[in-house]
Amino acid sequence: MDLAKVLIDAARAAVGIPAAAYALSAIGLNLQFGYTGLLNFGHVAFMAVGAYGMAITVDLGGSIWLGIPMGILCAVVLGLLIGLPTLRLRADYLAIVTIATGEIIRLVVRSSLAAPLTKGIFGIQTFANEFFALNPIPRGVYGIGRFRFDQRSLWVMVVGWVLVLLAVAFTRRLAASPWGRVVRSVREDEDAARALGKNVFLYKLQSLMIGGAIGALAGMLLAIDQQNVIPDNYIPLLTFYAFAIVIIGGPGTLWGPVLGSIVFWFAFEFLNGIMTAAVLGRWFGDALQSTDIGPIRFALFGIGMMVLMAFRPQGLFGRREEMLIDGR
Amino acid sequence: MDAERPPPIESLPGAAKPDPILVVDHLVRRFGGLTAVSVERLEIQRGTITSLIGPNGAGKTTLFNVLTGFDKPQSGQWELNGGPLVGIPAYRMARMGMVRTFQLTKSLARLTVLENMLVAARARAGESFRGALFGGWRRSEEENRARAMESLGRFGLTHMADQYAGSLSGGQRKLLEMARALMVDPELVMLDEPTAGVNPALTQSLLGHITMLRDMGMTVVFIEHDMDVVQEISDWVVCMSQGRVIAEGPPSSIARNPEVIDAYLGQSHGEIT
Repeated sequence: MDLAKVLIDAARAAVGIPAAAYALSAIGLNLQFGYTGLLNFGHVAFMAVGAYGMAITVDLGGSIWLGIPMGILCAVVLGLLIGLPTLRLRADYLAIVTIATGEIIRLVVRSSLAAPLTKGIFGIQTFANEFFALNPIPRGVYGIGRFRFDQRSLWVMVVGWVLVLLAVAFTRRLAASPWGRVVRSVREDEDAARALGKNVFLYKLQSLMIGGAIGALAGMLLAIDQQNVIPDNYIPLLTFYAFAIVIIGGPGTLWGPVLGSIVFWFAFEFLNGIMTAAVLGRWFGDALQSTDIGPIRFALFGIGMMVLMAFRPQGLFGRREEMLIDGR
Repeated sequence: MDAERPPPIESLPGAAKPDPILVVDHLVRRFGGLTAVSVERLEIQRGTITSLIGPNGAGKTTLFNVLTGFDKPQSGQWELNGGPLVGIPAYRMARMGMVRTFQLTKSLARLTVLENMLVAARARAGESFRGALFGGWRRSEEENRARAMESLGRFGLTHMADQYAGSLSGGQRKLLEMARALMVDPELVMLDEPTAGVNPALTQSLLGHITMLRDMGMTVVFIEHDMDVVQEISDWVVCMSQGRVIAEGPPSSIARNPEVIDAYLGQSHGEIT
């Protein structure tokens, strides 16, 4: 096995486009879950409506520069639609409704009913030419050895990571303000916040919509990179990737989602490389086939999460004292 | 008016007060077949400490919840300073000057003690989304911080200001909750069993703070079980049983009231306290 090769591939994944997009997605989820305590189990729905909002706008003849705000608008409206009926209820209702919403969005966009707009299961392709036309990076391949990216990937990566930094700055501004303090008080105890004169419902709604809009940006970034939106990309697993990233990084921390995403994609690609080497090198004889790589990779990742929870439940950036406090 | 002792008022349920801050009228809250609260008339005199007593299940906390907007009554109305409160959400009642605490202390555990205080501050600059993004809240934040530290000093919590509220002892949390309620600048403070589960020394300190609230011009209504405490600091006592107000009066008379004794002991057993 060539360990260097595996490590370089993992490092490529750690700075790649999915890492940037999921960092962005996790920043949105962190605002909802980490700061406000909202159990949004349908974050993928925000990514999906963002990507579809943009792709449909372009498909109908609009510019992508109109499509991107449309995608954000779709996510804000979705947040409003989910939030209005559920945020007055107990926290678990939001969890149930959001997890269902994620699937409803996917099933609706792939239905024949919506096909005139969404192109059904085949989805919409090549809507981001305007985006790539702006690429200032000259044609070529950049990097050293295996750690290389072409000008196209590099362009998406630069935009993606700049968006991540902007989203961090935005979150920082919010979290450090009295608004952020109120939102954290809502997370700790809604009734106490209400008794102190805070309009809890409004704060939860704002948090859901803002976090959803950031999630939509992540969905758009992934869609632009692939020049493709298809319904079955938006499976519930994406939500749980985002949750894993938030938890690895530490919920309610500023840089947690960013580092969490980098660690997540590094670990994932690393496990992938090790498992591939194990299959090719026949370390376990015939017991391990190439089709086993995917599932075993997930299992190993799950064990890693459990170890993290056992030894560092606050995540990489979290504060241990916070975890030791009982919720009373 | 003289806040030390209320003027002579009839010791009858629903008695009229000279300057009521809170007036309750025909308030009914049912849970299925159970009538938890059925208060025909209740007036709370401004600038006094009124204790609300009654056996377990009398409906005291339910009445509190309804009055502060945390629960909805089936019928009836109530007024704060003459303004009707029916249908007004709890957070707005707090802004109108009626703030409550809870029987089970609700500290915001993973906020620091100081943040607990600041979150309650009445000046809300920077609490709106736009205000947070565009800034301009630093000055009111500084003022609030100064006020919060002063208040923490009064409650003996200065040294804990930067600790998580969740790391406080039970008694300190009670103090914090009371100090925090004051940051809202209330006119009427509703305390749900402030002395429950608190050691005698801290109870004395809490009672001192409650008296201080009145001396600062606030009106206090508090739920209490301990008759000694009631005798010690209340200006007026309201006794509930099975959802109704069965007796009202100054503390000296209430303990001899046969209705009250019946409510607590089931039948007349002579004097209590």
